Amino acid sequence: MTFLKNIIGLIFRGLGLALKYIFLTISSPVWLPFWLIAYLVEHIAFVRNALIATDLYLPFKNMERTPLRFALTVFAIFIAFLIYGALTAFDNAMNAGVDLAADDRLVTVNKINFTQTLPIAYAQKVTAIEGVDSLVHMNWFGGYYKDPREQVITFAVDQTKLLEVYGDDMLLDETHHKNWLRNQQGLLVGELVAKKYGWKVGDRIPLNSNIFSKMDGASVWDFVIEGVYSGKFKQADTNGVYFHYKYFNEALAFGSNQIGWLGIKTTDPSINEKVIKAIDDMFVNSPFETETVPEKAFNKSFIARMGDIGLIVTSSVSAAFFIILVIVGFSMALAIRERTNEIGVMKTLGFTSRRIFKMVLMESMMLACLGGTVGLAASSFVIKQVTSSPQFPLAGLMLNGEIIMQAIILMVFLGLITGIVPAINALRLNIITALSRR
Amino acid sequence: MSGKLLYDLKSVSKTFVKGKEKITIFDKLDMSIAEGDFLAIMGPSGSGKTTLLNMLGGVDQPTGGEVFFNNSRVDTLSEGQLARWRANNIGFIFQFYNLMPMLNAARNVELPLLLTKLSSSQRKKSVETALKLVGLSDRATHMTSEMSGGQQQRVAIARAIVSDPKLLLCDEPTGDLDRKTADEILSMLQLLNRKFGKTIVMVTHDAAAAAYAKRTLHLDKGVFVEKDLAA
Ligand SMILES: Nc1ncnc2c1ncn2[C@@H]1O[C@H](COP(=O)(O)OP(=O)(O)OP(=O)(O)O)[C@@H](O)[C@H]1O
Ligand SMILES: [Mg+2]
Repeated sequence: MTFLKNIIGLIFRGLGLALKYIFLTISSPVWLPFWLIAYLVEHIAFVRNALIATDLYLPFKNMERTPLRFALTVFAIFIAFLIYGALTAFDNAMNAGVDLAADDRLVTVNKINFTQTLPIAYAQKVTAIEGVDSLVHMNWFGGYYKDPREQVITFAVDQTKLLEVYGDDMLLDETHHKNWLRNQQGLLVGELVAKKYGWKVGDRIPLNSNIFSKMDGASVWDFVIEGVYSGKFKQADTNGVYFHYKYFNEALAFGSNQIGWLGIKTTDPSINEKVIKAIDDMFVNSPFETETVPEKAFNKSFIARMGDIGLIVTSSVSAAFFIILVIVGFSMALAIRERTNEIGVMKTLGFTSRRIFKMVLMESMMLACLGGTVGLAASSFVIKQVTSSPQFPLAGLMLNGEIIMQAIILMVFLGLITGIVPAINALRLNIITALSRR
Repeated sequence: MSGKLLYDLKSVSKTFVKGKEKITIFDKLDMSIAEGDFLAIMGPSGSGKTTLLNMLGGVDQPTGGEVFFNNSRVDTLSEGQLARWRANNIGFIFQFYNLMPMLNAARNVELPLLLTKLSSSQRKKSVETALKLVGLSDRATHMTSEMSGGQQQRVAIARAIVSDPKLLLCDEPTGDLDRKTADEILSMLQLLNRKFGKTIVMVTHDAAAAAYAKRTLHLDKGVFVEKDLAA
């Protein structure tokens, strides 16, 4: 019986030890840099003096004292900021279309919903409306490359007008543009798509449609890549592929002479309202009523349809931070409670209560900043890894200044919230009660 | 009593309120300590020795009477002023050493100097001097948790004297040590008193320890009982 107990005890102790070392290994990106810093602090005089001068030395030394708890706490913060960095960058990239959409662009769709078509004649009619600078009609092709799972975002467009409306976003070689205009089977490919499939100018590419079929029953259109465009901004979308509407329309077995929507550029954003009203009024009570909205709003509603990613991001980040807040808060409270006697001693030696208050806050702040900085760096690393793969479809996934600024504010906030109660306790701590508690 | 007056307690009272109960520890106690004195305070447990020491050190306030230090009143100072006054004038030595476990010996000794405006090289020099005085120069970088009780108390003494205060307040400094180690520590205090002119007030239960002092006061139920007031 005792033998069995011993064996079980041994197994548990072994498991505990194994868990500890597994954890220490996993969390090494957090405590390794800290070790280095700790070494520098002790051995490079001016670093230590700088910390002493700013009253950060003792809080720093206090962080070192319980390595496992320190590693756990900072690791928790690290995870929270990793999630924060990655998800916020993702959310930003998803919304990039909204932010980058020019203010002078409108989208006209079928009022029923944007998957319903409009007659091609509408393009001509809308062009005539005052305030419309240029206009391009577009069709969703439902394209894929060889395998239906390999979706390619393909549009059949009025090739002559595409750059008139979207030229502010797209960077394209002049001769490539000319060649694309000339060749009815020409394909204009976004940089990201080209990268993904390793396509280059001159390649012959077949694209299938999962919606349309040709008169001969086939659903495959053959193309020649005539140009590859890139984005004029870092976050611009280069996932799209464009080809001539005529090539599309003439081959169709059904549903010809229909367009998906109109992309419109107005002469000035200030007259958008007027133009929107003029367009939608023109087709009111017709079999195909329209709804015209600013491109920003259109992109936004499009993203909303893809599931409210913003909400998911916000709630996951909030949940992570709430958990971290509780963990770190308890850890700090516990740490300060354990140091009651020491705080009493420091006060006896002549450290004022205010100074000790500040030191406790600084400690929680340093914990938050350390975990946060490493977490943010890790999320940046993860993002780099993900986006460097050519399969990755999202343009502009990165940690921008805004995300980093927000993260810094979050770190300070986290440090304050988790440190304030222990700091106040330390501030109020009476020397006599502190010293008699032993 | 000889020498300049360092401490003067004038009808000091101390009452604790515990719930509805009022416990009077001292009622109009008078006491004076001269500069250069080495005073041992003895007495049974609960007689108020620690409370008295706390009032001398300005970590506890009397509920009545006046405390003068170098002819200026200290019991009316604010918490912040008292902290500064303690840092400048008093070294504390505790029964259980009360060193900071995350700091090595030298850093522990340096702690009170973080309250001064000394440069790092000045701090370093003071720490070296203090450690040398207590015979621990070769242990400067050791962690105190790896030291014996006697060594830890020597580090604590070094910490108490590093900022060169006039007065050392010791609450049972040898209460946790064996006889031989206790004698070493007490000799060290005696040296500090005789050679460096530190005024020392030491609370102790141990008559052998009290024998190192210049004089001993016996406290019982908050009053000094005349046993052997040899001054
Ligand atoms: N904060 C406090 N609140 C209430 N009573 C207290 C407080 N501090 C001390 N006392 C009481 O005051 C009396 C004197 O306490 P003190 O600690 O000064 O005694 P002491 O002589 O140092 O005893 P010991 O030899 O055991 O250390 C004791 O009865 C104690 O219970
Ligand atoms: Mg006592």
